Amino acid sequence: MAEVRLDGLTKKFNDSVALNNVSITVPDGSFVVLLGPTGAGKTTTLRMVSGLDTPDEGDVFIGGLSMKGLTPAQRNVAMVFQQYSLYPHLTVRDNLAFPLKSPLLKTPADEIRRKISEVAEILQISHKLDNKATALSGGEMQRVSIGRALVRNPAIYLMDEPLSSLDAKLRSDLRVELKNIQANLGATFLYVTHDQIEAMTMATHVGVLDEGKLVQFGTPREIYENPISIYSASRLGQPRINVLPAHLFDGAPENAHSIGLRPEQIEQGKGEDSLVTRVEHLGDQTRLHLSFKDHDLITVTDAHTRLQSGDIIKIQPEKPFYFDADGARLA
Amino acid sequence: MSYSVTDPSLRQKWGAGILVITYALITLLPLVWIVATGFKSPADSIAYPPKIVFQPSLEGYVNLFTTQTRASEETLKALGEPTTWYDKIVRAKNMMIAGPSRFPERFFNSVIIGFGSTFFAIVLGTAAAYAFSRFRVPLKDDLLFFILSTRMMPPIAVAIPIFLMFRHLGLSDTHAGMILLYTAVNLSLSVWLINGFIDEIPIEYEEAALIDGYTRFQAFYKVVLPQAATGIASTAIFCLIFAWNEYAFAVLLTSGNAQTAPPFIPTIIGVGGQDWPAVAAGATLFLLPVMIFTILLRKHLLRGITFGAVRK
Repeated sequence: MAEVRLDGLTKKFNDSVALNNVSITVPDGSFVVLLGPTGAGKTTTLRMVSGLDTPDEGDVFIGGLSMKGLTPAQRNVAMVFQQYSLYPHLTVRDNLAFPLKSPLLKTPADEIRRKISEVAEILQISHKLDNKATALSGGEMQRVSIGRALVRNPAIYLMDEPLSSLDAKLRSDLRVELKNIQANLGATFLYVTHDQIEAMTMATHVGVLDEGKLVQFGTPREIYENPISIYSASRLGQPRINVLPAHLFDGAPENAHSIGLRPEQIEQGKGEDSLVTRVEHLGDQTRLHLSFKDHDLITVTDAHTRLQSGDIIKIQPEKPFYFDADGARLA
Repeated sequence: MSYSVTDPSLRQKWGAGILVITYALITLLPLVWIVATGFKSPADSIAYPPKIVFQPSLEGYVNLFTTQTRASEETLKALGEPTTWYDKIVRAKNMMIAGPSRFPERFFNSVIIGFGSTFFAIVLGTAAAYAFSRFRVPLKDDLLFFILSTRMMPPIAVAIPIFLMFRHLGLSDTHAGMILLYTAVNLSLSVWLINGFIDEIPIEYEEAALIDGYTRFQAFYKVVLPQAATGIASTAIFCLIFAWNEYAFAVLLTSGNAQTAPPFIPTIIGVGGQDWPAVAAGATLFLLPVMIFTILLRKHLLRGITFGAVRK
């Protein structure tokens, strides 16, 4: 395991800039999650670190060493692809053994057997080891592809939305399992996801990417509680932060253009009237869809609320975020 | 019992079965004719109406593998009783065996040239197809079209220039020359077919192998090749069939040394009358290698086992 440093990475594909001067330090033993919508440059960043693509400018340092000109094999990184990319002509066992048998590692046979059964146990695929890789369900394929990374002990694990095609239960199991593995091994992870729960629960650091630029980097709490822009703020939080014109409420700073309200920043029972348009009971919480001065917003309320659509509820902001016309945070 | 709309009815099954069997019989008839004629006596082979039931004889095969001369009765007496089964067949016609024929040699030439050119067409074709499929080749589409365009005229149209070139280069009537020629003709086919098969293999597999610690060549060898095996096997069969059956260039460019079986087999007719059983025997043996090759590769011709482990 090692510290991985991305230094001023820039990558252009034809005319479009996929990465624009991105610098990130992934500390040894940390779990860094990259957040951003499709096309923000998350996958490109992983490919730069892995060596599958080379940056136009900038460099990647693994354990302090420049990776310039090194092949993926020479970098000793493991990667889980979004498309599982299992070798279709091999069995699950051979897929898991493939990296261990590489000229890079040349693992002895009994060691291979031990590691495979260990990883298969964790990923609950022991009973499928002798299946062809093609004779698996989507979720099983994804687990095998995670397993193919976990059998190794690389400088860094790169994961591109590895849990995206699993069902909810398995996803939450594996989330815990991955986090345990990372904590126990002290492994370094660079992890791409859309899923904010994965980001909040697993990450030690979150990097927010916007059109190839790193716009904010910090702990999940920092980004959640102290976003630098509307864009950053809307990456995390479920339901999403409500962004409304600043003048709707009293007390906005002079140059504020919009106000950002997470559910916990909306105090209920005080302030001005708003109309309940829809009530969603999610079990552990209830979401309220409100109409306030012709603007829609969503907040969370007590699970056992008696509110119904058509009711009137008073709301007022509590320590809200204010943003200027460009979406940058004011206060 | 399933009731899906695509499930054929019994009548449809029978209809399809009869159609397939009829087609198979029509296709197989000439083959049966040739194989049967090989085991007929010369008289039976030209009998009219054709004999369906006949006394099998190995005369055709003996004639194919030997050269024979007519001998006077004294000479035959001096030789004494025939000792082997093939001697007996020949002596019965008042002939004696003068030596082996050139058929095994010609047949062996066909094997060397056919399989040799197939080997080179496949190796070079796979390498070129991989490069076209995976690397940024300048003018890629134009180059691919150029390669295909070499197939747009019948190869025999350039027979004269090739004949002159071969003569000046000393390639006339050599194995190397024929292998070179057939490889060149087959290469366009193999590049195009294999290119299509490799294009179908998602690049993610190789990327995964690169990350897993393999070099580009090892990734090609361990990941791409096994998945392209189906396509490569069928391409190899196509290449072999062309090189094996090719007649025009073989007549033109080979004679004594590197002559292949196709131009040789018709010459059998001229030896001692119209010897159809010997011709049929030669044709039968000539069919075998391609048949065996196809049977050996047939398990690679089953498609669909290697696809579908990448989420699209």
